[in-house]
Amino acid sequence: MSTKKVISGNYTASYASMLCRAEVVPAYPITPQTTIVEKIAEFVASGQMKAQYINVESEHSAMAACISAALTGVRTFTATSAHGLVLMHEMLHWAAGARTPVIMANINRALAPPWNVWADHTDSMSQRDTGWIQIYCSSNQEVLDTLILCYKVCEQPDIMLPAMVNLDAFILSHTSEVVDVPDQKEVDDFLPQFNPEIKLDVDEPLSFGTLAFPSSWYMEWRYKIQHAHDLAAKRLVEEAKAFEKHFGRPWGGLIEEYRSKDAEIILVTMSTIASTTKDVVDSLRDQGRDVGLVRIKSFRPFPTKDLREALGHAKVVGVADRSHTFGNEGPLFTEVKGALYNHDRRPPLVGFTVGIGGRDVLGSTIEGLYDHLEKVADGEAYKEVRWIDLIGDEEEVV
Amino acid sequence: MAGKKLPLPEEELMDPGHVGCLGCGGCHAMRYTLKATGPRTIISIPACCWAVMPGVYPNTCFNIPHINTAFEVTAASISGIRAALDARGIEDITVLGWAGDGGTADIGIQALSGMVERGTKAMYIMYDNEAYMNTGIQRSSSTPIGAWTTTTQVGKVRDYKRAPKKNMVEIMVAHGIPYTATANIAWPKDLIAKVKKAMAVDGPSFIHIFAPCPTGWRYPPDRTLEIARMATHAKIFPLYEVENGVYTVKKFKKEASISEYMMMQGRFRHLTQEEIGSISESVVRWYDKLLKFELMTQEE
Amino acid sequence: MDRPRKDERPDYKTWKDIPLTPVCNFTTIKGNPTGGWRTFRPIVDMDKCIKCGICWQDCPDAAIVWEEDHPVWLYSHCKGCGICARECPSDAIEMELEVKI
Ligand SMILES: Cc1ncc(C[n+]2csc(CCOP(=O)(O)OP(=O)(O)O)c2C)c(N)n1
Ligand code: SF4
Ligand code: SF4
Ligand code: SF4
Ligand SMILES: [Mg+2]
Repeated sequence: MSTKKVISGNYTASYASMLCRAEVVPAYPITPQTTIVEKIAEFVASGQMKAQYINVESEHSAMAACISAALTGVRTFTATSAHGLVLMHEMLHWAAGARTPVIMANINRALAPPWNVWADHTDSMSQRDTGWIQIYCSSNQEVLDTLILCYKVCEQPDIMLPAMVNLDAFILSHTSEVVDVPDQKEVDDFLPQFNPEIKLDVDEPLSFGTLAFPSSWYMEWRYKIQHAHDLAAKRLVEEAKAFEKHFGRPWGGLIEEYRSKDAEIILVTMSTIASTTKDVVDSLRDQGRDVGLVRIKSFRPFPTKDLREALGHAKVVGVADRSHTFGNEGPLFTEVKGALYNHDRRPPLVGFTVGIGGRDVLGSTIEGLYDHLEKVADGEAYKEVRWIDLIGDEEEVV
Repeated sequence: MAGKKLPLPEEELMDPGHVGCLGCGGCHAMRYTLKATGPRTIISIPACCWAVMPGVYPNTCFNIPHINTAFEVTAASISGIRAALDARGIEDITVLGWAGDGGTADIGIQALSGMVERGTKAMYIMYDNEAYMNTGIQRSSSTPIGAWTTTTQVGKVRDYKRAPKKNMVEIMVAHGIPYTATANIAWPKDLIAKVKKAMAVDGPSFIHIFAPCPTGWRYPPDRTLEIARMATHAKIFPLYEVENGVYTVKKFKKEASISEYMMMQGRFRHLTQEEIGSISESVVRWYDKLLKFELMTQEE
Repeated sequence: MDRPRKDERPDYKTWKDIPLTPVCNFTTIKGNPTGGWRTFRPIVDMDKCIKCGICWQDCPDAAIVWEEDHPVWLYSHCKGCGICARECPSDAIEMELEVKI
């Protein structure tokens, strides 16, 4: 029997780690992640959760401990944000390279300077090439369900990849919502104990990560990571169906299409901006405007095929990024464009850099994006990338 | 099978065929350590000479489970391994972190400090070749004063290493570690006894092993054990243990000359007798202090 | 996957054959005979040998094995560092220039 709890996104992540029976939890605080590891400490102290809780001295060590623990054959969990995540960078590559299914909650927060603790995707976007699965959530329920699903998929013997479940700072991390929390037995029935085939074992000693030459097999191991991502894209959807059957709640697919199938103007975005966008779409639809939303949930593996199907028919597509790749444009924009470029149906695309450092993305902000896209659809000349709600006009350097 | 009693345990957990240089003291250190720990040991090794020495894929010289890890995370890695074993109730395994002096005294000191402060049951060994050897002889904070390395060159202005060697054992003592010791590959039985003591500790332990490197120190490879012996006999590398704060210093009748020790190695050959004289003073000063620590802590 | 076997060099044909995690356990005894590195060869004079085991103890390459009551050199792996010769208490080991064919 599940229970309904009114809890924050952070506490939801804590509950998920307990329900998934994480066995080793190296923890380090950072705003706005801290309450996740505090809650886990409380669970462990009360005896509800049987985990080895390691008060590491840094996030870098947290990830290192997760990797070695996972290679010893146990389930691990940690959580971080912003500076903690980017401090882990080297070990994120290591986690994927070593094929450890470490699961982590990341609270998407801006990077200093100046200090800023509010929502921004730069932290995780700058980790996109580390080999991690990256899922972006837009509700607390989704945080819980995604964490369970990630353990289920990532621990499969042909996948064995780490996964990062992302929540927007404060907007999700500190906002309480009603969450349907399954009971332990329900989760246990869905998620068996982690027992990897290959592990550090004195009875069958193996050397892990031994020097490999360019001639063999380094490149092949990198290909295998790509291959596992391809499998994971399929497996996430398959296991989501099993999840729905078991828990009675859909998880959906790698993207969510919201009134977009018949829309001419589609905005692509992620996380909580997508929640705001849904309301805007509803009200614009009421006004008879032809708009829809595509929410990307899985940024890695990237849902190229799904996006081609979901966006090909549009007259114009906008992409709203909560981060920016300096020297270019929003990373989501780049990737969506890339997905469509080799497709026979290729609508014009506009990139919006919005909500940087937690700047509000209100309904009116989103409405402005749709207004702009409509003009592009009508054939008006447009600028490919725009910074939205910038104080002062953008300057084009010619 | 030994007809006659061999000086050390016979089992080899480090196979021949590793790729350490001729006469590498780091190999003695590993071979003896594994003779002490036995096969129920998991070893974690960061970037260092020993990251390469086990061999090129698919080779390995190890007969125990072995994990390569990043340069600075040895102590975090063994913390994770211990936690995982604890999570599954597995108790009879020695968890061993094995890092160079650079990976310990420089880039890995933060993780090590964290592990020791937490009281993690794991053994950490620093094999000390007194520089970053894997990357080609750059100075570390464990490089002794006076030494040439590729980043502390003698040149015209005599820019050799000016700062004294960082003392890791004392840093461990300051953490209140239950067991820490120095060991020297020239005294394998003593080394093995210390590793065995460390294994029995219900908490963190740290052993600093003196492991001469012919390649980086610039001496012929057959001299490794001779140089190692001289370092201790000359009191440059005293052998001592600190058990729960109580010091025990191993005393030797035999003495060796610091100057002779240094002149045997290319890395010190630029030093004048005057410079060696002042280095000798600091050696004696530290050794006397150690004896005082011993007296003080044994009395308590 | 089949675990790589200790005494057998794994015979991988393509990326599909290699283990998912980069692991191995093929012993360097078979996989990496380092005897070819040698310039000088340690030669023991068994008449002088007092069978003390010091050479066995002091070899950084574990390239001396103890058979019954005496040392036997694994020339397949001995790198010729000369430590055994230098440390032998009864001067029973000579380092001779390797004659390579
Ligand atoms: C983060 C990082 N920085 C630098 C390096 C390059 N690096 C590899 S080994 C090494 C030196 C190792 O020195 P030490 O720990 O003393 O071991 P040794 O090689 O002397 O045995 C360095 C600088 C690295 N692998 N990782
Ligand atoms: S460089 Fe020095 S420490 Fe490294 S393998 Fe060679 S002899 Fe050993
Ligand atoms: S060290 Fe010399 S005397 Fe001792 S066993 Fe070896 S060869 Fe014989
Ligand atoms: S020469 Fe060196 S490598 Fe060869 S047996 Fe003697 S000590 Fe070992
Ligand atoms: Mg070193």
